[in-house]
Amino acid sequence: MKKSNLGKIARYQLVCIFLLIGLVAAVVFSINSGTVHMSVKDIFDIIVLRANEGSVESNVIWKIRLPRLLAAAILGGGLSVAGYLLQTFFRNPIAGPYVLGISSGSKMFVGFTMIVLMHYVKTIPAGIIVLAAFVGALVSMAFVMAAARKVTDMSMLLVVGVMIGYICSAITDFFINFAQENEIANLTNWSLGSFSGIGWSDIRVMSIVIFSSLFAVMMLSKPIGAYQLGEGYAKSMGINIKLFRLLLVLFSSLLAATVTAFAGPIAFVGIAVPQIAKMLMNTSKPIIIIPTTFLTGAVFCTFSDLLARTMFAPTELTISTVTAFFGAPFVIWLLLKKKK
Amino acid sequence: MKGEGAGGSGPKFNMYFKTEDLAVGYSGKALIENINIGVEKGKILCLLGPNGSGKSTILKSITRHLNKIAGTVFIDQEDMSHFSSVETAKKLSVVLTDKVAPELMTCGEVVATGRYPYTNHFGKLTEQDNRIVAESMEAVKVLDLMEQEFIRLSDGQKQRVLLARAICQRPEIIVLDEPTSYLDIRHKIELLGILRNMAVEQNVTVILSLHEVDLAAKLADQIILVKDNHVYGYGCPEDILDDEVIKDLYGIEHGSFNMLLGSVELPKTGDMEPQVFVFGGDGYGTLCYRALNKRGISFATGVLYHNDVDYQVAKSLASQTIVEKSFRPVSEFVYEQARKALQKCEVVIDSGFDLEGENNRNRMLLEMARHANKPILSLRKETKHETGSVEYFNDIGALINSDRLKFGSANGHKRKQRRSLAASI
Repeated sequence: MKKSNLGKIARYQLVCIFLLIGLVAAVVFSINSGTVHMSVKDIFDIIVLRANEGSVESNVIWKIRLPRLLAAAILGGGLSVAGYLLQTFFRNPIAGPYVLGISSGSKMFVGFTMIVLMHYVKTIPAGIIVLAAFVGALVSMAFVMAAARKVTDMSMLLVVGVMIGYICSAITDFFINFAQENEIANLTNWSLGSFSGIGWSDIRVMSIVIFSSLFAVMMLSKPIGAYQLGEGYAKSMGINIKLFRLLLVLFSSLLAATVTAFAGPIAFVGIAVPQIAKMLMNTSKPIIIIPTTFLTGAVFCTFSDLLARTMFAPTELTISTVTAFFGAPFVIWLLLKKKK
Repeated sequence: MKGEGAGGSGPKFNMYFKTEDLAVGYSGKALIENINIGVEKGKILCLLGPNGSGKSTILKSITRHLNKIAGTVFIDQEDMSHFSSVETAKKLSVVLTDKVAPELMTCGEVVATGRYPYTNHFGKLTEQDNRIVAESMEAVKVLDLMEQEFIRLSDGQKQRVLLARAICQRPEIIVLDEPTSYLDIRHKIELLGILRNMAVEQNVTVILSLHEVDLAAKLADQIILVKDNHVYGYGCPEDILDDEVIKDLYGIEHGSFNMLLGSVELPKTGDMEPQVFVFGGDGYGTLCYRALNKRGISFATGVLYHNDVDYQVAKSLASQTIVEKSFRPVSEFVYEQARKALQKCEVVIDSGFDLEGENNRNRMLLEMARHANKPILSLRKETKHETGSVEYFNDIGALINSDRLKFGSANGHKRKQRRSLAASI
């Protein structure tokens, strides 16, 4: 037993190192790619030594590439943890904020808020957008939970979620039709999903929300572990099920909403990444899986964003185009595996 | 009603676990009221009753998975509703009917969740916790499954691991809801054996529901019979369970359950005058009775002693059973009864009973049948004298396929008529 424990720990460490290397690689590649070419030495000088402050290169790095990179990592991690929480909540490996229509709910509320508020203020504070997204996420979540009471089959739940997503998108499109032209440009770009145009103040808001949520979720890892045996057993171990479920709903919605508020709906990250994390670690221990999920999500999204930017440069793909390309086949594979 | 049932006087005061006027049900509506039951420490309490009778509802209310409607549940004289959920978890653990399918969890991890009420905020297992996990797994003989993935186990193994989990919680009471469903007979015996040992050796109180009446009677110290949402009986199984109570509890109209043997007989199929006379005794007859019953052949049997195993089965399956009280010679009256029955039958089956004894009436009857040239189908191994009407068989499979036991279409026709009549009624 001792020996196998050591083996497990070695695996955890190895996977962690592997992911960190992946993250560093993604960061290096991302910073080094784009329309403005720079040598690695220049980049190093600009970031570490703060050289050439005020130059075009410095501005590109500090105002465009770095925030975008950080946003992709933080939001990717947050979205993946949101997916993990939803999978725990519904005890369903193919749950995620996108397929369950939660991202679309956020999108609808954010779109509505933006159109209304743009008449009164020039720039809307990030906090307000996050709040609107959170309310939208909770509204969608309420519908999905109501449906989950009726349907026990996990594929049916997915169908319900996709339908809710369509309804929300339809309503969002309806708003956009009535919006003014300069608003549309903003909205449509955002509603397709992208990490572009994120500034340092946004980074600060998302960091506060996502890292504090991540910390809270880590604190919940003991009941999450017990909940894997089902509600009945969890209750018999002394867990306050109602409170626990409420916390799961709140944190998954908050994480998903924050991501949507800044980057729009992003497909399949929430489903695929927690599963990949479990496979990498070959365990489902929450205390291991939650940070791994975050890290994997960060790596996955920075690489996806890199591809979105560079594959058909100067044309940029939406982030969902890339994540869906990798994520959707993975989900199909998961579904087929479950049927066996 | 037997024993201390609904509305009767409650259980004795010194019960370790007891309920007082407990009412249980769903969404505020009481299904079963006035439940007054109890069990001493280290004893086993078993709920018996047909599907949907409310056994699970009672158990779920005890384990606080359902809110009770009224009344009080006491553990060690203390009102359970005063306990916090963690205190409850330290006193009471469960094995539920819920399907459990945790991804990528090893059996050791599943069992270790039982330490939940004892571990720190992050659920870190101490040396002591690990030792208790190993001990619990050892107690139900699944220690070798420690590193195996739980969802890959067989149902029997899963159930044991879940029991180890419940044990690992170090409770005073374990509640199990139908723990033997899906288990084959070997695993049933093993699981219930483990529960017995736990009760005796570790003084753990066990409350469970079972489907198997025979096993319940052998396992439990106290039994509650639940039927149609009321407590139908409560007490020692030895005192309150008999064939009639079981038939009534489960609403068995055809077929029977023999409490003494713990065996089930399917409904009697032959519904006419007996056509075959079976010489039984010493348990030789039982297999013949069952074989005949499967073919729908009516039979009479005798002369059996009251204490013979064959008698227990014959009274469920035979059209006519000729019986004499135990430990005495067969009386003239009973002998005459048997002779008449024998004469009416077309075929005789000799199951190979004991021929010894000066005044062995069965031997006399058998000889009489031979003299009367009745066809005799014999399973007797020794003294094979080939006389005209006796046919010997090595086994019942061959015997039951004998042409002698094919009573032609008249038989089938009559039965068909009767059936259609029954249908029209």
